[in-house]
Amino acid sequence: MRALTFENVTVRFGSRRRGTVAVDDVSLVVPAGQVVGLVGESGSGKSTLARAAVGLAPLTAGRITPSARGRHVQMVFQDPYSALDPRMSIGESIAEAMPSVDRAEVARLLELVGLPADRARDRPHLLSGGQRQRVALARALAGNPEVIIADEITSALDVSIQGAVLNVVRELQRRMNLTMLFISHNLAVVRYVSDIVAVMREGKIVEYGPVDEVLGDPRHEYTRELLAAVPRPAH
Amino acid sequence: MAARGLRRAGPLGISALALLVLVIVLALVAPLIWQQRADAINAAEILRGPSGAHPAGTDLLGRDIFARVLVATRLSVGLALLATVLGVTAGLLVGATTAVLGRRAGRWIGTLINITVAFPNLLLALFFAVIFGVGAKGAVLAIGFATAPGFARITQTLASGVAGRDFIAAARIAGVGRFRILTRHVLPNIAEPLVVTATIAMGGAMLAFASLSFLGLGVQAPSYDWGRLLGEGLQQIYIHPAGALIPGLAVVLAAMAFNLSGEVVARAIGLRSTSTGTLGDPPPPAPSDPMPEADALLAVHNLQVSFPGVRPVRGVSLSLRRGEAVGIVGESGSGKSLTALAIARLIEPPGEVTADRLEFLGEDLRGDVSAHRRLLGTSLAMVFQDPMTSLNPVQRVGRQLAEVVRTHQRADRRTAWARAVDRLSAVRIADAAKRAGQLPHEFSGGMRQRAMIGMGVMANPALVIADEPTTALDVTVQKQVLQLLQNIRSAENVGLLFISHDVTVVGQVCERVLVMYAGRIVEDLPASALREHARHPYTRALVAAVPDMETDRNLPLAVIPGRPPDPRDLPVGCAFAARCPLATDRCREEDPPLDSLETGRRVACWHAEQTVPHLSLIKGEQS
Repeated sequence: MRALTFENVTVRFGSRRRGTVAVDDVSLVVPAGQVVGLVGESGSGKSTLARAAVGLAPLTAGRITPSARGRHVQMVFQDPYSALDPRMSIGESIAEAMPSVDRAEVARLLELVGLPADRARDRPHLLSGGQRQRVALARALAGNPEVIIADEITSALDVSIQGAVLNVVRELQRRMNLTMLFISHNLAVVRYVSDIVAVMREGKIVEYGPVDEVLGDPRHEYTRELLAAVPRPAH
Repeated sequence: MAARGLRRAGPLGISALALLVLVIVLALVAPLIWQQRADAINAAEILRGPSGAHPAGTDLLGRDIFARVLVATRLSVGLALLATVLGVTAGLLVGATTAVLGRRAGRWIGTLINITVAFPNLLLALFFAVIFGVGAKGAVLAIGFATAPGFARITQTLASGVAGRDFIAAARIAGVGRFRILTRHVLPNIAEPLVVTATIAMGGAMLAFASLSFLGLGVQAPSYDWGRLLGEGLQQIYIHPAGALIPGLAVVLAAMAFNLSGEVVARAIGLRSTSTGTLGDPPPPAPSDPMPEADALLAVHNLQVSFPGVRPVRGVSLSLRRGEAVGIVGESGSGKSLTALAIARLIEPPGEVTADRLEFLGEDLRGDVSAHRRLLGTSLAMVFQDPMTSLNPVQRVGRQLAEVVRTHQRADRRTAWARAVDRLSAVRIADAAKRAGQLPHEFSGGMRQRAMIGMGVMANPALVIADEPTTALDVTVQKQVLQLLQNIRSAENVGLLFISHDVTVVGQVCERVLVMYAGRIVEDLPASALREHARHPYTRALVAAVPDMETDRNLPLAVIPGRPPDPRDLPVGCAFAARCPLATDRCREEDPPLDSLETGRRVACWHAEQTVPHLSLIKGEQS
């Protein structure tokens, strides 16, 4: 595993004059073996930053290492119902992401994300949303990536299932020492999985630091605003 | 599988398929049997009418027209098939390349397709017939290339729909090549609708071919197809009409066979995901606690919502007082949204709502909906999850708000508009007078949701039902919207029924929380008891499964093993038993009623008195 580095990354959609700048000169490091939680509201550019890292959004300026070419960076998406090809068995979906098909490895990956290996032949429609996200995670791991990007992977899940997926993510990350960029709009979820938090707003990173420091003693006004908006249960 | 398919196809489908089989068999065997008869020239029998020997009469050379029609099946169907295959292949190639090529090249080809689609098919066919020359070959090419643009367009549209999905992006990131993505992911996922379209195109090609031959641009003598026979027969139509009618009938029947079969296939595909069954189980017993309350704004007892084969809401009872905020929390499929829709009388057929009691402001809401339209329109407001689809995109926001009072209170246009502006400023939309004149897309998501709430309070409602009103919103906007609902409630003493999957939000907004599981309320408790003093194991697990800002990061989160039961196949006893750490044999056999525990608390659990010893008991690794 190695670090994921964004250096002065800008992503602009549309023409120079009339287009919009989704990511504005962002420099960000996800240190090797650590989880950086990226929080921000819709339209802040956090998903665009993630898509740029895997080559799904074109860079207008800047550099991202490792490069998107050559399976170094893999991604897990938000919607579990769109993440897997309904026509392929989940084993085939995982095998597709491998350099060469290896059944034993597919079985090992399924066990790794907490699914029985004999489910490799199942089509996605037999799986729950949470199980699909585990398969998507196994597929992301199949190419032996150096970095994993998780983009709102629990947002579409029911709360009772969200916990199980977060447990798998956390456990895998610790066991395999994964480098991970974990994107979510949910501060409590980000707090639970991340070592470092980055707060993004209007295409810029406004605050970055260890999770306890940023959430315990926020420096930027926007971070404070976000924290104040987190719903708190009645006591 | 085949038998079930036939049953689903219905009488129309069965006759379509039978017709199709007949056409194909005729195309294969007719020339072998009747060729000689069809070609036999008989100078003694020229232009005879229908008779026992010649069912459709004879033509100018005394040949049997019926035999000729039968024999012509092969050429007519064969040529149409050839043209369709040509058109479909060309269309598929062009349409699919747009998915494989880069964005810019794809756009150019897309434009080209759009232009060619704009030409009428027959015109295009005539044009090609002139270029490729008169004859069967020219006609096949002409009809083939005339079919292609439409097919290319459909392929392109379907492919771009699939191309936007995440599994394509995942395959790209994994380094799978473009061509492989096309063959492995895109084409298999669009194959079904394409097959249907191709079958229907086949019917179209038959007609087009008949037309071209009829006009003399298709098959040339001495060969003949139905179009040609029709043309020949038409010259003698006043002498004996059967000579024109029989080939015409053949064209119509064959084209119908293909078109209808296509539709049958389409319908079978469309139906495949849903299955209908019958409700075998008797209606569940009414909950024991009717909770009569004198000042109830809303009183619901034993509410059931059923759809063919499934009953997603199974006996919900609740009451709500003026100014009270009650939350319904549950996972997707728990029946919480359907409960809300049923109360607002918004369930459409085939959905069916029954209740022992359904009273709002003292009026019985059961029976004909139209009788309650005025009451529901003025006193009950509904706020939905998606503010974009709740507002009409082409109507000014102010006008949509004004419509509420214009319809229900017969207010004049100016008063209604003034009220709309007033309500928009009441929901804290800055510069409301100007904003009222704008269209929904000029509003941000949070503003749209506030406008929806503004619409809800146009006519002084007594109850606001909000179904996941903040789920699509950012946290900072969510905070504003929740605050707004709170203000309206306290300022105007409005009741609030708040539906959400988020335990934390419900706990913050509401005074009382109803927890739903598999179509029933399993616990009714004060919001303040949610975190520490819930009794139902499901409620406890739900609360423990959600991380908050104080969760210990070094411990795994609590997990509810298994998944919710299929509403079509509910277990006999408690629906939660299979996932419950406290479940005993009694739980698996008898469904616990929702019983009162103490004042203001109800729970449906045989083990409500027993506390869950360790939450870690319900940790598992299956979700």
